[in-house]
Amino acid sequence: MSNKNAKEYWSKNLRYLSILLSIWFVVSYVCGILLVDQLNTFRLGGFKLGFWFAQQGSIYVFVVLIFVYVNWMNKLDKEYGFDEE
Amino acid sequence: MSVQTWTWILVGITFSLYFGIAIWARAGSTKEFYIAGGGVSPLANGMATAADWMSAASFISMAGIISFSGYDGSVYLMGWTGGYVLLALLLAPYLRKFGKFTVPDFIGDRYYSNTARTVAVFCALIVSFTYVAGQMRGVGIVFSQFLQVQIHWGVIIGMCVVLFFAFLGGMKGITYTQVAQYCVLIFAFMVPAIFISIKMTGNPIPQLGMGDTLENGNYLLDTLDELHTKLGFNEYTTGSKSKWDVFAITCALMVGTAGLPHVIVRFFTVAKVRDARKSAGLALLFIAILYTTAPAIAVFSRTNLIETVSEKSYSEIPEWFTNWEDTGLIAWADKNNDGKIQYIAGSALEGKKPIFTNERGSHGQRMIENASMKTANELYVDRDIMVLANPEIANLPNWIIALVAAGGLAAALSTAAGLLLVISTSVSRDLVKMQLRPNISEKSELRVARGSIVVAVLIAGIFGIYPPGFVAAVVALAFGLAAASFFPAIILGIFDKRMNREGAIAGMVVGITLMLFYMIRYKTGLIGVMDPQPSSEWWFGTSPEGFGTIAMVVNFMVSIVVSRMTPAPPKEVQEIVENIRIPSGAGEAIDH
Repeated sequence: MSNKNAKEYWSKNLRYLSILLSIWFVVSYVCGILLVDQLNTFRLGGFKLGFWFAQQGSIYVFVVLIFVYVNWMNKLDKEYGFDEE
Repeated sequence: MSVQTWTWILVGITFSLYFGIAIWARAGSTKEFYIAGGGVSPLANGMATAADWMSAASFISMAGIISFSGYDGSVYLMGWTGGYVLLALLLAPYLRKFGKFTVPDFIGDRYYSNTARTVAVFCALIVSFTYVAGQMRGVGIVFSQFLQVQIHWGVIIGMCVVLFFAFLGGMKGITYTQVAQYCVLIFAFMVPAIFISIKMTGNPIPQLGMGDTLENGNYLLDTLDELHTKLGFNEYTTGSKSKWDVFAITCALMVGTAGLPHVIVRFFTVAKVRDARKSAGLALLFIAILYTTAPAIAVFSRTNLIETVSEKSYSEIPEWFTNWEDTGLIAWADKNNDGKIQYIAGSALEGKKPIFTNERGSHGQRMIENASMKTANELYVDRDIMVLANPEIANLPNWIIALVAAGGLAAALSTAAGLLLVISTSVSRDLVKMQLRPNISEKSELRVARGSIVVAVLIAGIFGIYPPGFVAAVVALAFGLAAASFFPAIILGIFDKRMNREGAIAGMVVGITLMLFYMIRYKTGLIGVMDPQPSSEWWFGTSPEGFGTIAMVVNFMVSIVVSRMTPAPPKEVQEIVENIRIPSGAGEAIDH
C-alpha cells in the first residue's frame, strides 16, 4: 500500500463521514429539536411532523445511515485494495 | 394456568437456556475471557450488543417515562440510538483495527503513557460502577415483582445468576447468553405491543398504529392531545423543557453512549474491521425495534389509562387497577368524596411515593396518609407499570403477562453481566497485567479476572440491596461522565495525529472533574456537607443530565490547546495512527 493511496483513502473516508454526520445532525437536532415547532404545523398522517422526527423518523434514518456507511466503505476498501480477503 | 405458574415455567425455561449456554461456552484463555476469542459473527455480536445495551430501564421504565413526559421523552429515544451512528462511523472500526482488549488499552498505547492508562481505568471504573449499581437494583425489583420475593432476595438471586455465567464464561459466556437474552426480551416486548395496537387502532404494527385512527375515526395522537389539554396537562406532542436543555441532554446521551466502555468493548469481539462496522449497524437495527415501539406503547397506555380511569367511579374500575393498587404502584385519594377518580395535572401526593395506612376507605380503596390538598388530582400512578400492566389492561392471556416477566429479567441480567465484565477486565488487565505485575502468567491473570468479577458482583449487590439515595439520580449521569472523559480522547486519538499524551491526559482529567463537580453541586449534593443547588443556578440553564455536553466540549478544547503547546507524539505513535485508519491486516486481537 503506497502512502499516497492511504492519504486519498482517508480523505474520501472523511468526506463520507461529513456527509453522513450532517444528515445525522439534521434529522435529530434540527428536525427533532430546533425546528420542531415549525415542522409540527405539517402533518404525516396522524403524526405532527416534528414529533414524528423526534420519536420515530430520526431513529429510522440512523439505522439507514450506518448501513449506507457500511456499503460505501466496503466499496472503498475494495477500490483501494484495503479489504480483508 | 395462573400468571404465577406461567411465570415460574417461562423463567425456568429461559434460565436453563442461559445456564446451558454458559456451561457450553466456558472460557479457557484470557482472550476468550476478555473478548470471546475474537471470532464472534457480526449478527451474534449485534444481538449481544443490543441486549447488553437495553437494560431493565429500557425494557420497563422507558415507555412509562415517555408516557408521562410526551415529547420531552424524545431525548432518550434519540439520545440512546443516535450514539450508535457515532460509534459505527467514528469509533468501532478503528478500535477494532487497533486490536486490543479494552478502552484503557487503547488510551495507554495511543498516548504512550501509563498515566493516561490509569486515568482511563479510573474513568472506566467510575462510569461502570455508577451504571451497574442501578442495574442490580433493577434486577432485584424485577425479581421481587414477578417472583413475589423481597427485593433483597431478588438482588441475591440475580447476583448468583450473573456470577455463574460471567465467572465461567467471561466475555464468551456473556456474549452467547446475551444473544439468547435478546431474543427473549424483544419477543416479550413486541407481543403485547402488537396485541394492543390491533386492539386500539386495528393496525398490527405499533409504529404505524401510533399514528393511526381510533374506532371513531379520530387520530389517536390528536385524541390524546385533547385529553391532555382538557385535564390540564401539557399537550402530549409538544414539550415543556427549554430547547437548549433538550439539545444538551440529547447530545450528552448520544456521545455518552458512544463512550461507554461496556458498549465499545463489544466491537473488539468480531474478526474483522468490516465486521465491526456491520455489527454496529445490526446492533442499532435490533435496538431500534424496541426503541420505535416504546413511544407507541407510551401513547397507547397513556390514552388507555386516561380513558379507563378519568371521572370513573371507583366501584366500576377494572380489576387490574385494584391489583396494582395492592402492590402500591397505584394510589387513589378521594379528595372531594364523590367516589369518582379525578385524574388531572398536579401531584396527587406530598412527596414522591404514597404512604399507605392499613385502612380501607368507604369505597374499598387503600387509604393514604400523604395525599396533597394543594391540587385536586386524586390519582398517583407509578411510571413503571405502563409496560408491566399493559398486558392486563388489554386483557391478554396469562402466558403473555408471564412472558413480560421473563423479558424484563433477560434485559436486566444481560446488562449487569456486561458491565461487571468491564469492571473485572479493568482490574485484571489494565491494572494488574499492564501495570502492577507485567510478568503474570495467563493462568494467574485469568484467576485475577475471575476473582475481580466476584468482588465486583458483591459490591454491586450491596449497592442493590442498600441503594444509597443518589444511585437512581446518578445512573443517567454515567452518560455525562463517559461523554466528558473517554469520547474526546478516543476521537482525537484517531482523527488528530498531532494529539499527544499531555493533551489527552489534561482533557480527560479536566472533563471528568468538571462533570463530577457539576453533578455534586446541582444533583446529588455532598452527603452531610452540602445540598444540591436549585435549578435556577444552573450554568446557561443546563441540567446536570445535559452538562456532559459542555464538559465534553471543554475536554476537546483543553486537549487541543495543551497538545499544541507540548511536543508532538513520537514517530512510532504517529505510525500507529496511520495504521488504524486502514482496515486491512487487522488480524486477530493481539495478546502480548
